Amino acid sequence: MDSVVMARALFGSSMAFHIIFATLGVGVPLMIVFAEIFAGITKNSDYSLMAKRWTKAQAILLGVAIPSGTIVGVMLSMLWPGFMEIMGQVIAVPFQVEIWAFFLEALFMSIYIYAADRLSRKLRILSVIMVSFGSASSAVLITNVHAWMNTPRGFKLADGKVTDVHPLQAIFNPSFAVTAIHVVASAFMTGAFCVGSIAAYKLLKKGKSEREREYHRRSLYLALIVGLVCSMATAINGHFTAQMLHHYLPLKLAAAEGLFETGPHAALEIFGSTSLEKQEVVGGITIPSALSFLATDRFDGVVRGLNDYPRELWPPLYIHTLFNLMVIIGGFLVALSFGALFYRLVLKRPYPRWLLAVLVAGGPLSLIGIETGWIFSCTGRQPWVISGVQKTADAATLSDNIGVLFGLFIGLYVLLMILTITVMRYYFKRKPVARELGVTEGS
Amino acid sequence: MDHATVAIALVWALIFAYAILGSVDFGAGFWALVFDRRSGTRAAQIANRYLSPSWEVTNVFLVLITVAMVGFFPKAAFWLGTILLVPVSLVLILLTIRSSFMVYSYSTKRYSRPLRWVSGLTGVLIPGLLLSVLPVSLGGFVELSSEGNPSLLFGKLLSSPTEYAHLAFGISSELFLAALFLSDYAHEAGETSTYLSYRKVAVAMGPLTLLTAVLAIYTMTPEAAWIVVRIGEHLPWFLASIVSFAIGYSALWIKDGQRPPGRPRLAVTFVIGQYFLASVGYGMAHLPYILYPHLTIGQAITNDALFRSLLVSYSIGIAVLAPGFYLFWRLFLKDKKYISRQGE
Ligand code: HDD
Ligand code: HEM
Ligand code: HEM
Repeated sequence: MDSVVMARALFGSSMAFHIIFATLGVGVPLMIVFAEIFAGITKNSDYSLMAKRWTKAQAILLGVAIPSGTIVGVMLSMLWPGFMEIMGQVIAVPFQVEIWAFFLEALFMSIYIYAADRLSRKLRILSVIMVSFGSASSAVLITNVHAWMNTPRGFKLADGKVTDVHPLQAIFNPSFAVTAIHVVASAFMTGAFCVGSIAAYKLLKKGKSEREREYHRRSLYLALIVGLVCSMATAINGHFTAQMLHHYLPLKLAAAEGLFETGPHAALEIFGSTSLEKQEVVGGITIPSALSFLATDRFDGVVRGLNDYPRELWPPLYIHTLFNLMVIIGGFLVALSFGALFYRLVLKRPYPRWLLAVLVAGGPLSLIGIETGWIFSCTGRQPWVISGVQKTADAATLSDNIGVLFGLFIGLYVLLMILTITVMRYYFKRKPVARELGVTEGS
Repeated sequence: MDHATVAIALVWALIFAYAILGSVDFGAGFWALVFDRRSGTRAAQIANRYLSPSWEVTNVFLVLITVAMVGFFPKAAFWLGTILLVPVSLVLILLTIRSSFMVYSYSTKRYSRPLRWVSGLTGVLIPGLLLSVLPVSLGGFVELSSEGNPSLLFGKLLSSPTEYAHLAFGISSELFLAALFLSDYAHEAGETSTYLSYRKVAVAMGPLTLLTAVLAIYTMTPEAAWIVVRIGEHLPWFLASIVSFAIGYSALWIKDGQRPPGRPRLAVTFVIGQYFLASVGYGMAHLPYILYPHLTIGQAITNDALFRSLLVSYSIGIAVLAPGFYLFWRLFLKDKKYISRQGE
């Protein structure tokens, strides 16, 4: 295999690994903030215990998030030197500012964890807010670079030389705001649904004392509220993200929807796979004119199709499936959290067991949403690394020992994944909620 | 001063900061391991006290260096990315194992010992490996293909004595700096027996670092002869560095009435001064090359507009973060109660 393919494989899988821990690193601190605030308002010690336990989990996750982030950060320069050469001259500032956000997060995370007993409640809440602010900002800033790769602005390229640089135009490129909101909202909802998954799992298990069930119900309730708000925000904003694609990256939208011919009344295809021979999506559900409406707000709006573009500029057509998965997960999780809250607030009934079982899937599903969303976005940009400016193949390193490194890194990621899960289970098994709540086990 | 000089001074300052912080960080991990089993002192605990809150912050400095380097010198990314891919990837793997295993070890009492061994040992190697990148920048290890594409002569690097001298210098400096720092940290907390253990280690390590430093220069390859000449031209800096070492090292023996010997705060300060002076001298000798003889700072520097906005971002960043750093220092480095509190 050539070194470009290997570089893509190595970088893509490193990102796919980092993003799991990074997203939770954005989502979980927000949940801790809410737990601390609720603890302050209600004076209920359950919320303090939630904050404490989630913080411990977050500390373990950070042990992987930070080094894996360091890997992708350094790899970006190592594997894509051609890209960094342009990026460095145009949009280095958000990267730089991101480091300040990392500092903010790391400083206050240590303060929150290791000095909690020496801080007043107000200062403690302030420091965990700073952690959350720091991690959300780092997500926004990295997304800034990602958005610029999709809609590059603020420079000219004349025979390989970068001229006319306007850093502010580069930063405030047209897809930045909408993409950043999408990334942060989806990270927040992921944190909430993951917390909810665990609570639902514990509630499904038999033989827990009522006191312990009460604790898990509180935590599930908090997760459902945050989850509903943030998943709605993600879905609504996702709609605007798709419209952004329609305006600025019509080819990506066409590939995402498997649309070949340009025209009005474009149909929305759900599921199915894009067939090049048949020039349409086969095996899917077709909703007439819906794509036109979603993209342009009119049923007769014109949506551009793949055939308007030369074949060598098409992204891989399987991104249709990735896009579908993300959108369906998004819709499903809105409905799920809404339904669960409906049971609790309107019907005032305990959650039925089947609902708890579905809620357990919420966390993993949102992580799948994150993964498919990112792979869709990065792969949908192919063959460009900077849309319309630089091809991925021209950005890659010339080094040819990547194959061995790929094996080493994959081994490392598998090892860390196994160890992290083992350590988490071990730690929380030894410190069960029941003991920390001060109740005798079983009932 | 032109932009390239300002930028390289800034990058250099960050590298220096990381060299010191990283040495203390990785060295502390190692000393925590060594003193783990020895009862009587709280040396291992004191080292962990420092490490637990600090490693994340230290790690950010490492990221800051790469980001600052490609931010200010985007055209260096091509050369460094192509040449250093393999060695830097190996460091990244070690770094990941080190950090994650350390965090795992805090959460699993029963398996904490093997996890700590792995993280302590991988940690020790990292500063040495990072330092051993230096010989590559001095020339002789990079080959150009017929199209002008660079690649690293890995075999030549691995069979070159200067590589190992640099490695040894990196490791001994790390252990020396960490022991010195921890002796001061223990002294600050009034932990006399721990202080004395670390002082003893520092006394032993000090001359060793000097020896390996000389060895590193002595073993340079013929291609790097230019730097030896240039170091000669900047000799005053190196002499001042040795003087600073002498003062710092002797400060470990200063007697003050009944109290145990040594003024560790003074020793740490002057030894950091020693490294500071030597690396200023080395840095000036190295200029204007980033990678001899292929790449100079003037060729690699970014454009004016970006340079200015980077400086603005630095000023704002520092202003925003200063209070956070101050609070951090107050809570973890100054607070006697924190340092010497019982338990893990
Ligand atoms: C839990 C995760 C999650 C969920 C439920 C959704 N998204 Fe999403 N989406 C992401 C997580 C995500 C992401 C991982 O955050 C991406 C990847 C790249 C990016 O900027 O955000 C993304 C990208 C992304 C893009 C591509 C942007 C680009 O390539 O520049 C579009 C058009 C949408 N999303 C649209 C939607 C719609 C219409 C959703 C309907 C519910 C939706 N997303 C739910
Ligand atoms: C965090 C989640 C992300 C994931 C899972 C992810 C995934 C991927 C994958 C799978 C590829 C290979 C694409 C292909 O060759 O088909 C890739 C390429 C790439 N991504 Fe992303 N990516 C993520 C975020 C980012 C961000 C935020 C940036 C920008 C800073 C970025 C920059 C790149 C670059 C430079 C490449 C290589 C060039 C290219 O293939 O276009 N990625 N990524
Ligand atoms: C959208 C995708 C991403 C999100 C949400 C994200 C978020 C995070 C978070 C929350 C952390 C932990 C921060 C800390 O505690 O210091 C982290 C670490 C890190 N991330 Fe990512 N990240 C993303 C993609 C990337 C990409 C594409 C890069 C680089 C190319 C990157 C580079 C880093 C680095 C260098 C660190 C380690 C910082 C440290 O030493 O503390 N991240 N990321």
